[in-house]
Amino acid sequence: MQLQVQFNMKQELYKYILGIADNSLILGQRLGELTGHGPTLETDIACTNISLDLFGQVRSYFQYAAKIAGDGRTEDNIAMLRKEREYVNVLLVEQPNTNFAYTMARQFLFDVYHLAFLSELEKSKDLTLSAIAKKCIKEVRYHERFSSDWIKRLGDGTEESKAKMQEAINDLWTYTDELFHQTEADKAMVSEGIGVDVTKLKDAYYKQVNEVLEIATLKIPESKYFQKGGKKGIHTEHLGYLLAELQYMQRTYPNMEW
Amino acid sequence: MITETQDIDKNLIEILSKVSDPEIPVLSIMDMGVVRSATIVDGIVKVEITPTYSGCPAMDVIGDDIKKALKKAGYKSETELILHPAWTTDWITPRGRKALEDYGIAAPLEAEADKDVLLNEKRLVKCLQCGSTNTKLVSQFGSTACKAQFQCDDCHEPFDYFKCLK
Repeated sequence: MQLQVQFNMKQELYKYILGIADNSLILGQRLGELTGHGPTLETDIACTNISLDLFGQVRSYFQYAAKIAGDGRTEDNIAMLRKEREYVNVLLVEQPNTNFAYTMARQFLFDVYHLAFLSELEKSKDLTLSAIAKKCIKEVRYHERFSSDWIKRLGDGTEESKAKMQEAINDLWTYTDELFHQTEADKAMVSEGIGVDVTKLKDAYYKQVNEVLEIATLKIPESKYFQKGGKKGIHTEHLGYLLAELQYMQRTYPNMEW
Repeated sequence: MITETQDIDKNLIEILSKVSDPEIPVLSIMDMGVVRSATIVDGIVKVEITPTYSGCPAMDVIGDDIKKALKKAGYKSETELILHPAWTTDWITPRGRKALEDYGIAAPLEAEADKDVLLNEKRLVKCLQCGSTNTKLVSQFGSTACKAQFQCDDCHEPFDYFKCLK
């Protein structure tokens, strides 16, 4: 009985880690698409710098997840060899780089959440997760500063930049509520003092986001219609294409290493 | 200046001081503060290193270089990457800061000042070419994850600034 409970807890912890890491993995891949394609050299380098931070963070999470699984799985297997329905990232992070306003709006809407989430994960009873959070938060502070800055610059910029940023915020708004949905793994880990209760982050999140939107002279979207599904593996059509590119090398040359 | 506990065997300091950061060759990993411990247990050297940034691609190379340097000195070794306590720019030694500046990278300011310069609200970073602090932020992200891009408005020299990480 005791062993069964421990086994279940391990399973939940594994799933919980994937729930955190998949967001960074998929967002990192999206930003990586801009390598050599950013609108200016500086923004190109910034987006790929942020991508590199996120991939670094993902490696820490997946190395830990692989250790917990303890069945020979590696960080690369976990990152590259799951099927679409097995990825549990939120829908927000898989949305495409439609234009630079979308890229920055997506980043901003995620960064504000990410920062709040990591500030709580720092207090986790799980010492590895707490150590990873303490490391990541230093990097994510820079991300959030960068993306907030661009929301203000484009929102309070020219007529055209404002229109584009408003459109991006309006379109991506529908994916924000999902950030605060609890999964079964979340609930199990919250009750163990390991996980973060995301429902408690919601009010502060919208308050902070709205403050930045106001400075940016943008309208706060009023729609109460929200999309969800990513946390359960039900994704928008965009994820499949992203995974095709992400997984290409491992599928073509199985077990290849750098 | 290096705070937190750092347990380095006296016999190993000189060897490890010769290993440098591959992206900033003038800076030894000891002055960078990434070596957290180095001890000899049953004839095997165990070295714990910590990354500057999570995605720092230099860490694998640093791990290999440590093993090579120790092998040359006749030691078998193992390296381990640890995340806690997280690295901070406070761990760069005064000698390390000087090495950075001699190499053309402005050393990190204190946290508050760092925030001011990275939001382009104050001009505090000293140009390494002419010494002026009339310098402006070009980009918060530079050639590597740990640096930002600056330019001097007096002599027009573009240069890297090592961001404060706390």
